[in-house]
Amino acid sequence: MQYKSQAVAKPYFIAAIGLFVGQILFGLIMGLQYVVGDFLFPAIPFNVARMVHTNLLIVWLLFGFMGAAYYLVPEETETELWSPKLALALFWIFLVAGALTIVGYLSLPYAKLAELTGNDLLATMGREFLEQPLITKIGIVIVALAFLFNITMTTLKGRKTSIVLVLLLGLWGLAVMFLFSFYNPHNLVLDKFYWWWVVHLWVEGVWELILGALLAFVLIKVTGVDREVIEKWLYVIITLTLITGIIGTGHHYFWIGTPEYWQWWGSIFSALEPIPFFAMTIFAFNMVNRRRRDHPNRAATLWALGTGVMAFLGAGVWGFLHTLAPVNYYTHGTQITAAHGHMSFYGAYAMVVLCIISYAMPVLRGRAANSNKAQVMEMWSFWLMTVSMVFITLFLTAAGVLQVWLQRYSQTPMPFMEAQDQISLFYWLREGAGVIFLIGLVVYIGSFFVKGESKAQTT
Amino acid sequence: MSGTFTKSMARNIFYGGSMFFVLLFLALTFDTMKVLPQRDNRANLTQAVINGKKIWETRNCIGCHTLLGEGAYFAPELGNVYTRRGPDFIKAWIMGQPTGTPGRRQMPQFNLTPQELDDLVAFLKYSSEINSAKWPPNIEG
Repeated sequence: MQYKSQAVAKPYFIAAIGLFVGQILFGLIMGLQYVVGDFLFPAIPFNVARMVHTNLLIVWLLFGFMGAAYYLVPEETETELWSPKLALALFWIFLVAGALTIVGYLSLPYAKLAELTGNDLLATMGREFLEQPLITKIGIVIVALAFLFNITMTTLKGRKTSIVLVLLLGLWGLAVMFLFSFYNPHNLVLDKFYWWWVVHLWVEGVWELILGALLAFVLIKVTGVDREVIEKWLYVIITLTLITGIIGTGHHYFWIGTPEYWQWWGSIFSALEPIPFFAMTIFAFNMVNRRRRDHPNRAATLWALGTGVMAFLGAGVWGFLHTLAPVNYYTHGTQITAAHGHMSFYGAYAMVVLCIISYAMPVLRGRAANSNKAQVMEMWSFWLMTVSMVFITLFLTAAGVLQVWLQRYSQTPMPFMEAQDQISLFYWLREGAGVIFLIGLVVYIGSFFVKGESKAQTT
Repeated sequence: MSGTFTKSMARNIFYGGSMFFVLLFLALTFDTMKVLPQRDNRANLTQAVINGKKIWETRNCIGCHTLLGEGAYFAPELGNVYTRRGPDFIKAWIMGQPTGTPGRRQMPQFNLTPQELDDLVAFLKYSSEINSAKWPPNIEG
């Protein structure tokens, strides 16, 4: 570890992995509820499990991004963090606030939670992914601003590399777009229109800048390729991201009451959205092929390549599958959407966070790379999780195609629940793949505890 | 990408290109805001609908159902439930939950008052009258 203050990244990474486990457990509960409808009812109704599943995902990724920033920024800017104490204080505030929110979801009826947390002052709750109580939302803003202040101050006093600038742009964008979560007009169409300014402009906009910056950082470290080359690629990728992704928001404006010209804008621009992901895959492989050194951390290299491929498949290919308006007319709001959501979040964001953890954690623990034994175990977990996610996606896609056929496309459309009964086989298969994913995650965590000879110490 | 294409060129294209598309997006948003009054059924945005939307939100309905195709995929689409089922069925259904049928998906009992049920139905009626470009493809949602 080059800078002492980088150490604050460690608790962030540990918390991220812990919350990741929680996310997967609730995913398995929901997966089972799809086929055994009354499982854990009324203790944990589906909507509560889903809220916990998706909110934990967002929060663990945010922990991952923040940890990544605390690790990356000092090294890139070649200076200690402006305030490691602030970073540590924010860690505890965010963790406690997040935990209390989850406890609130699980222990109180949602309407009661809303009443207790000031939703009557400003109603922001009960919208997909933005279910957090008002006080939690305000907490997120405060933590985000203090975090951004800390890393921006660090950057201002140090070297300003392109990677840091792109990372900062992405993180500031994340915080700014989140402010739209406080805008909840009575008019449902307006509500939905601006809701996407948080959700879409996060995951198909500013988050991709964070993804690109983290990937570029790890690639410089593990390949030793010239920074000029990598940063040029980074700019090309994020240019492609934003020129396709911003207008690509239009693919959410097909059927929610918005003007029909969005069917053209949305279809055309989002059909181009796979391009930046493809570029990212090419980028990762190209840099590894042109490597100037063989970094002892092969696991991190595997994650870097994996995130390129899986982001392209999940976000690029599975996104394209249902993004053209005439197709989306039939697939909108079916299991096809769920299939795309699972693989894209895993491929783009879960994997890039696991990539930076894989690279940084050994260094934070005082070695360049883990022992061979630990790395082999980590790579096993990579394959278990990644392959099972491919199967989760394939089974959900099969379920979705059948659902569309039975309920939407047919001359004699079936009611929703009847169609669901017809496709339950695929929900069982998905649950099975989910169990393998959990096993992969357990193996992943196990890899942190494998001893054996560690590679050369870093200074 | 060799020789002549430099990092600073890439950076300038990034800033210029992004800025252009941000402005284009804002222009399209501006136009959408002008067109929406003809499509979004705002004329029928009564106090009952406003109350109903809040009930919809504070019971986290979106955690199982979709509304105009957005939400969770565990339970039926409700953007057109008003036309599919009608007001009386909707109220009776909500009051009758959970069914308790073994192994079936269950909806919680929310203990809504008759007034709250009316407001929720008003919200669902309003939602069904939004011009959603002929979506969903059929009445089953």
